[in-house]
Order: sequence, then C-alpha cells, then structure tokens
Amino acid sequence: MARTPRKRPRLVVIGNGMAGCRAVEEILALAPGKFAITIIGAEPHVNYNRIMLSPLLAGEKTFDEIVLNGRDWYENNGIELIAGVAAEAIDRTGRVVRLADGRAIEYDTLIIATGSTPFVPPVPGATLPGVVTFRDLDDVEAMKAACEKGGRAVVIGGGLLGLEAAYGLARNGMDVTVLHLMPVLMERQLDQSASYLLIKALAARGIAVMLEAKTTAFVGDDRVRGVQLDDGGFAPADLVVVSAGIRPNAALAKAAGLDVARGIVVGDTLQTSDPAIYAVGECVEFEGQLFGLVAPIWDQCRALAQTLAGDGALRFACSDTGVKLKVSGCEVYSAGLFAGHDRSEDIVYRDAALGIYKRLVLDNDRLVGAVLFGDAADGPWYLSLIKSGESIADKRESLIFGRALTEALAGANPKDAVAGWPATAEICGCNGVCKGAILDAIAQKQLTTLDDVRAVTKASASCGSCTPLVESLLAAALGDGFERGPAVKPMCKCTEHGHSRVREEIVARRLMTIPAVMQELEWRTPDGCAACRPALNYYLLCAWPGEYEDDKHSRFINERAHGNIQKDGTFSVVPRMWGGLTSPAELRAIADVAEKFNIPTVKVTGGQRIDLLGVKKEDLPAVWADLGAAGMVSGHAYGKALRTVKTCVGSDWCRFGTQDSTGLGVRIEKFMWGSWTPAKVKMAVSGCPRNCAEATCKDVGVVCVESGYEIHIGGAAGLHIKGTEILCKVASEDDAIEMIAAATQLYREDAHYLERIYKWMARVGLDSIKARVVDDAANRKALFERFVQAQRFSQVDPWAERARGLDADEFRPLKPVLAEPHR
Amino acid sequence: MSRAIWIDVGAEAEIPARAARRFVFAETPIAVFRAGDGMLFALVDRCPHKGGPLSEGILHGRAVACPLHNWIISLETGAAQGADSGCTTTLAVAVRCGRVFVDVGALDRAAARA
Ligand code: SRM
Ligand SMILES: Cc1cc2nc3c(=O)[nH]c(=O)nc-3n(C[C@H](O)[C@H](O)[C@H](O)COP(=O)(O)OP(=O)(O)OC[C@H]3O[C@@H](n4cnc5c(N)ncnc54)[C@H](O)[C@@H]3O)c2cc1C
Ligand code: SF4
Ligand code: FES
Repeated sequence: MARTPRKRPRLVVIGNGMAGCRAVEEILALAPGKFAITIIGAEPHVNYNRIMLSPLLAGEKTFDEIVLNGRDWYENNGIELIAGVAAEAIDRTGRVVRLADGRAIEYDTLIIATGSTPFVPPVPGATLPGVVTFRDLDDVEAMKAACEKGGRAVVIGGGLLGLEAAYGLARNGMDVTVLHLMPVLMERQLDQSASYLLIKALAARGIAVMLEAKTTAFVGDDRVRGVQLDDGGFAPADLVVVSAGIRPNAALAKAAGLDVARGIVVGDTLQTSDPAIYAVGECVEFEGQLFGLVAPIWDQCRALAQTLAGDGALRFACSDTGVKLKVSGCEVYSAGLFAGHDRSEDIVYRDAALGIYKRLVLDNDRLVGAVLFGDAADGPWYLSLIKSGESIADKRESLIFGRALTEALAGANPKDAVAGWPATAEICGCNGVCKGAILDAIAQKQLTTLDDVRAVTKASASCGSCTPLVESLLAAALGDGFERGPAVKPMCKCTEHGHSRVREEIVARRLMTIPAVMQELEWRTPDGCAACRPALNYYLLCAWPGEYEDDKHSRFINERAHGNIQKDGTFSVVPRMWGGLTSPAELRAIADVAEKFNIPTVKVTGGQRIDLLGVKKEDLPAVWADLGAAGMVSGHAYGKALRTVKTCVGSDWCRFGTQDSTGLGVRIEKFMWGSWTPAKVKMAVSGCPRNCAEATCKDVGVVCVESGYEIHIGGAAGLHIKGTEILCKVASEDDAIEMIAAATQLYREDAHYLERIYKWMARVGLDSIKARVVDDAANRKALFERFVQAQRFSQVDPWAERARGLDADEFRPLKPVLAEPHR
Repeated sequence: MSRAIWIDVGAEAEIPARAARRFVFAETPIAVFRAGDGMLFALVDRCPHKGGPLSEGILHGRAVACPLHNWIISLETGAAQGADSGCTTTLAVAVRCGRVFVDVGALDRAAARA
C-alpha cells in the first residue's frame, strides 16, 4: 500500500462480486478521489456479471461478454485488486484484514460483500467428485467439462437457478432431470398452475421434472453415479448440480464478533454493529430479510455510497421486485405477494390454446402480486402498479388483459369491454375467431342464438370459455332480441363448465393431472376448491386407471385415512364381511383388536358387518395390521366406492330360497370391491321375492327367482326412499355379474361426482342405461372389460398398504420440543 | 402480554403441501398446515363450529374445509369464511434451518383475552 497517499482514508472491500464492485462504482460516481480503494476477491477473476453465468453455461454468451469491469477499470480508478486470495480474518481493534497468503491490509472503512454460499443438503456423498454447485465461474467450467463427456445430469432444486442450470445443461447435450422437494416448481415465485405450464414447457425442451423428490444420498464410489431418493427411487447421474438454496456468507463477520443473525445485521445505512464496517449484498440481513436478487442489492449500493461519500440522505428500504426466468425460452414472471391472503382476491386468466396463465392478486383495490406465464410482457407494468400501491378500482375489469387494453379502455364503461375491442381482437382462442368475423356472421346470416354462432363461426365451440364474450356480442348486435340459453350448471364457482363437459374434455384431450385440467379448461381459481378438487381427482382416476396418480390431498379425510371421521376426531373401522358372512376366527380377531386398542364401541351396522368406533388416528395402521393378519380387508365404509353387498341365507338354508343368494353376493363383492365410484354404491342379493336382503332399495340389487336373476337398479333408502327399477333378467350368475359390472362401469364413466345411481338414472333415464348395457351386447362387453381393467389397479387393500407403512406421515402426529428457534 | 414461546415441531419435510400435521401442546391440539403455495400456518385445531379437527380438512388456496360440516376456515386469520362466523386462534410459524417452529405463546395470550 506504499503508493497510496497517506491522507486519503483507506476503503477496503472484501468481495470482488456484484455488490462489492457496484458499491465502489457508486462511491466513485459521487466522490471520485475520496478513498484509496482496495478490493479483495477470492475468485481469480475481474468483476463479472454473475447473473449471466446462466447464459454462459447455455453457450449463449462468452466470458468476455459478461465481464462488468475489466482490468482497465481498476487501473483507471486507482483501485488495487487482490484477486485469487481470500480474506481470512478481520482484526477490528487493529483495523486490519488478514489474507490467506499472510498479508495484512489496513483499513479505515471496511465493506464486507462476501455474497452467499450454496447450500448443500447434509446427506452422504455430498463431497463426491461430480457433485457441483452453481455459483461462480469455476462451477460453470466444471459443468461444461462434465458435459463434454455427455450422459445424465441431475439438478437438485427447481428454483430459478436450478432451472437455469437445467436448461444450460440440456443445451450442452445432457439428459437432464430436475429433482424438486416441493410440489410446485419455483414455489417462491410461482403457483401450481404456472408450475404445471413450466413443467410442460421444460418437457418440450427435454428436461424431466420430478416433484416432491427428497434426496437422501449421493451415490457413487470414485465419483457420483446417481441420487438416492427417500421413496426408494434412484436417479442415475454422471453429474449432479446442487441448487438447493443459498446461505449468506457471514463467517468472517461472525468470527470478528459482528452482530450476525442469518446474515450480517445492518441498518438502513448498511452499517454493521461496528461503525467502521459496512456490509452489502447477499451476505446481509436487513429487518430480518435476506436478499437473493440484484434489484434490492443495487438499492443497497446506492444507499451505502450516499452514506460513505454523499450527504447520507438516501436510506435503504426493502421494496418489491419482479423475477423473470431468463434463459429457458419460457416467459415466466412473478412479482409481489403472488400467494395472496384471506382478504385478497384473485383475478385469473387462462388461455388454454396459447398456454397462457395470468394471475393478479388484489387487496382492497390495490394490486399486490402477479404471476404471469406464457405472456410476461406486462410484468414490469404490473410491478410498477404493485410498487406504487395506487388504486386500480377504475381499471379492475380490464387489468388482466394488460396495459395496452387497459389504457385503450380508460374512461370507457368496463362492462362494455368487448364493445370497445377492435374488430381484429380474438374472441375464441381455440378456433382463432376474431370479433369482426362473429359480428359479420351475425349480421349476414341473421344469427340469433349462441348455437347458431357456434355452428357458423365455430366461436366458443371448443372449450367454451369465451361463451360470455360471444353472448355479449350477440346481445350488443340484437339488443332485446337476444335471449341467453339455459346455462349449464357449473361444477362450482371455480369454473363455468358443468361436470359432463369436464369429464368429456379429460378424455378427449388426454388431461392427466388436476393442474392440467385447471389450465386447459381455464379454471378461474388458482387451485380449485374443496368441491371441485375431489371431483377432478375421481374423474382422472376413472379415466386413466393405473396411469393417474391419486392426489390424496384432493380427497376427503375419510378416503385419506381410510376410516370414517367421528365427531370427536377419532375414526371408525369397518372390515369387510363378504356378503355378510363371518367366522369365529374373524370375530375373535375383532374382539382381540377391540380389547388391545381400548376401542370403546363395537356395533353391528345396518350393512351386515361390524363397526369398531372411536379408534385413535395414530392407532389405525396397527389396528389394520392385526385385522389384516386375520385375513380381513377394508370395508370401504368411508368411501365413494363399493360398500356392502348384503345377502340373505338363500337356497343353502332357507325353505323358500330359489338360488344361492349368499354365494352370489360373496362373488359380487369379491369381484367388485375396491372400485371407486362417483358416490357410494350399495348392493344386495335376495334369494326370493320376499326380499330379506332389501335388494329393491339398493343402488344395485338382485332378486333371485326360480328361472334366474332379476337385476334391479337405482334404489335408495336414505335421505330419499326409492324402490329400484328392473334393468333386466338373466339366466346365470355369470350373466348377472357381467350385467352388474357393465352397468356400474357406465355409471362410473358417466355420472357426476356425488351423484348416486338413482339420481344419475333420473337424469339420463333408465331407457338410456338399458340401451347401452342390456340391448347393446358389444358395448356391454366393452364396459365389462374396462371395469375389469380398472379393477386390476383398485383391488389393493388400502389398509394392508398403510399397515406396511404407506403414507406413514398421515398417521404420525408431530413431536414438538421446546426450543428457541435456531438462527 | 406473554412472551413468544417457540417450539420445534419437526422438520419442514414432515409437512407436505396441501396437508396438515397436528400435535398437542398443553392439552390444546394444534394444526400446522402447508398451503399449496408452500406457506406454513398454524391454528388451534378446533373448528369454531363444533370443534372439528381442521387438520383433517381439504386445503385450497389459503383456507381449509372442516371435515365435519364443511365450514371454510381461513389459515391466516382463523376466521370462518362466507356466511359462517367464528374464529380459531392462529399461531406464528417460522422455519429455521429446515425445522418448523410454532409460537405457542399466543395460546396464553388468547386465554388471557378470553
Ligand atoms: C355404520 C352405519 C350405521 C349403523 O350403525 O348401522 C352408517 C353410518 C353412517 N352413514 Fe349410513 N350407515 C350405515 C348404513 C346405512 C344404510 C343401510 C344400508 O346400507 O343398508 C343406509 C340407507 C341405504 C342407502 O344408503 O340408501 C344409509 C344411509 C346413509 C346416508 C344417506 C344416503 C343417501 O344417498 O340418501 C348417508 C349420507 C351420505 O352418504 O351422504 C349416510 C352416511 C353415513 C355416515 C358415513 C355419516 C358420515 O358421513 O359420517 C355414517 C358413518 C358412521 C361411521 O363412522 O361408521 N348413510 N346408511 C351403517 C354402515 C353400513 C356398513 O356396514 O357399511
Ligand atoms: C447463476 C446465477 C444466476 C442468477 N440470476 C439472477 C437473476 O436473473 N436476477 C437476479 O436478480 N439475480 C440473479 N442471481 C443472483 C445475483 O447474482 C446475486 O444476487 C448477486 O450476485 C449478489 O451479489 P453479491 O456481491 O452479494 O455476491 P457475489 O456476486 O456472489 O459476490 C461475492 C464475492 O465475494 C467473494 N468472497 C466471498 N468470501 C470472500 C472472502 N473471504 N475473501 C474474498 N472474497 C470473498 C466471492 O468469491 C464472490 O466473488 C443469479 C445468481 C447466480 C449464481
Ligand atoms: S342415521 Fe344419521 S346419525 Fe345415524 S349413523 Fe347414519 S348419519 Fe349418523
Ligand atoms: S365442526 Fe367444523 S364445520 Fe362443524
């Protein structure tokens, strides 16, 4: 430091990264000659743009293109750069920074700008060669070297950085899988719908995504060979990039005795607890907040420069920032509180054809958050509205359509939004029909109804979400001459589609997940409600047996815990007793279980079996294990599923019995148990028309007669009492089973969720059921076969699976310990 | 005003999205929820209607449907939504180093208010 003139105060900066150098630039701009400046950087490079490491990895930029300040900048400004040497300690009394090479650098003022370090989960194998992080140039070079050899790459962490890494690796020819702990990609910026679209877009770029994937170990001997997951899965890998979050790099400050929480604690002047020391960038904590994006860091640098070289009037304050995914070629933008809160309201816009999803979060006529996918052009505009906090009451209706339309409509009555649209504005995204074409058709062909417009122009003939727009055009063109058609009752407030339409579209468009349905059918809420989610889960399960992965969080508690919840939060357990038959061994096992687990009530049900009431949730798996050991399985007394098949004693014992009603009941129950249905399904088989099994008030009943079997359908004896109708009469047990399974399958595929058979029958008509099941033998065979196929995946005893440990977390209460939260 | 009493209730990964886990503290059942967007909330696990276990309900947005009679309870305020009225106590949640902490000090405060 001999060439530094003594008079000038010595400013030393630890960290030659984005914040450190930007702070120096700001200081130089305010007071060029004020300090003698030294910058210490652990990396052996000049100051480069870390953000651009992603395009560098992807091969879209070269290193020279991402340099922010070259050697000449340091020289021209008289800055001493000590690159490639880390600072090891700060001696606050002597005001000296000690370097790794033994040198000591004196300071009058010190700025710590050490950034952060990537977080690597503490699992075995984390230090194996081939496991890298994504933070600096060396990391990028290591990744590029690995890419030369090709093969498989696994990226741990589906946040902004992880996805940029994944894209870069894929561009370098790697076969990439992203493992993400959460059920939503970039969960801090995106919601489930945007995440669904992003996963689709990444898949189109050859990047696979596994959600809710928890890494338990990196596996390999001399180098990494793959990643072990907690569900037993294994992802083979030649390269693993860990991008699981960052931690402020505050070790130096902590060792020096500065106030450090999660990061180095600073005030609004960026001063630390030592008045001679400042900190800036990702290493700081301000008002409990950490920073991981440059926008607030630039604000910090400006405030710091004001403190050190200006009048100190500018103070640092946190403000909202927007985030954009840079490289993947997907337009993704998120700003503010995208998650909303209970007082906030969502405006959701989805265009299934164009893959667009936009969600605005409003609070008291103010915009507080935005998530955009597919069309992010208005992101900065929304961000400015969020930051300004101005009232958007006057632009509420058009806000979601973006800045251009909102400004064009300013002052106009928002209800007449469509009227104000230009003739070229697209109304129907699916079929590409613009406003002008619809108005022309209405005028020239003298159309008066929605159906006419659909037939002539195809507008609103596909997904139907533009129906209200087409209707308002008709209303505008016809005035009072237009009557709206009878509207289909929507499934719930989240959509305008009715159940049938949703079921059809799921099959027609091969929609395989709940977020897929919500996006493609343009749901109005971000993640549905307690009414539509269970319905969609059932529709998907029915449409894609074996392929669809059941979403247990979209099931009512009874179907999740496989018992009926009671008013005190305990559960009831009803094992199957096939056709109402039991045995001494089963009764003994039930008695043992009741005693062992202190089950307060044992009751015979109205469905010919035994109910154990008052079982504690955490005891359920053990209760099931004991019942299972005696050969008993779940009775699905809790499910929208096949419940009981009641029987009478029949020809085996009864003097009137015409057929083996007990045996047929057992056969039916063994064949059909486990099947999920739109609502519960109860069956019964009576051995003669005296009907002791009450078959004529069940969803499906069989009444045996001398000449065969009468198949009954559509009965109920609950909220409504309704006798069955006769579907048909068959000659053999085999025919009876085929007929019943086919009718049940038709019901499974056709009914609305929670619609019991008798209600479904009232809606579609007995004749239509007869036509499809009884009269059309080929269709009956096809229905029967689809039922058999679905049963291959349903006849797994849910109790046995859980007694073996499936969903163990569902039954395990948390075990709290008293503690102060660690920092 | 009693002070904050933070208790470590488990690892973050123990509370999957759109699900809840419960524990009992000082004879009060407490539910920790994770909304679909990943945010954590804690409520006294008693529905303001008839005490139903909210932890067993279906989560959507930032609300949970009580499993007993389908009241919709806000995770953020503990208040019943729509036409129903009533409120359960909310507790603060924090995540530190992958562990979930709940401030059960609010239980005292709620008891003091009652
Ligand atoms: C246990 C049982 C009563 C008993 O002690 O006998 C029972 C108990 C319940 N019934 Fe039932 N029903 C029971 C037989 C019946 C019967 C008789 C039958 O199946 O032959 C009926 C009339 C027949 C019918 O369903 O048409 C019956 C008509 C209902 C209804 C009205 C259904 C309707 O569509 O009208 C409900 C409400 C519902 O499902 O929405 C209901 C709902 C319930 C629920 C699940 C209420 C609830 O949601 O918590 C009760 C659960 C108690 C529990 O934890 O086990 N239960 N319930 C019977 C169990 C039978 C079994 O072994 O599985
Ligand atoms: C791949 C990638 C993409 C990103 N994309 C975006 C984006 O799109 N948008 C956005 O806003 N942000 C993005 N970021 C985040 C942004 O780069 C950081 O917020 C920013 O770099 C933080 O600046 P900093 O100076 O605090 O830390 P850094 O830039 O990391 O600088 C800290 C420097 O200090 C050095 N150092 C640490 N300890 C010592 C020591 N003891 N002695 C000497 N030197 C030391 C380090 O080597 C490093 O060079 C991205 C980050 C990465 C890694
Ligand atoms: S009749 Fe009513 S009270 Fe009795 S079990 Fe059925 S639902 Fe419960
Ligand atoms: S107890 Fe929750 S709704 Fe009745």
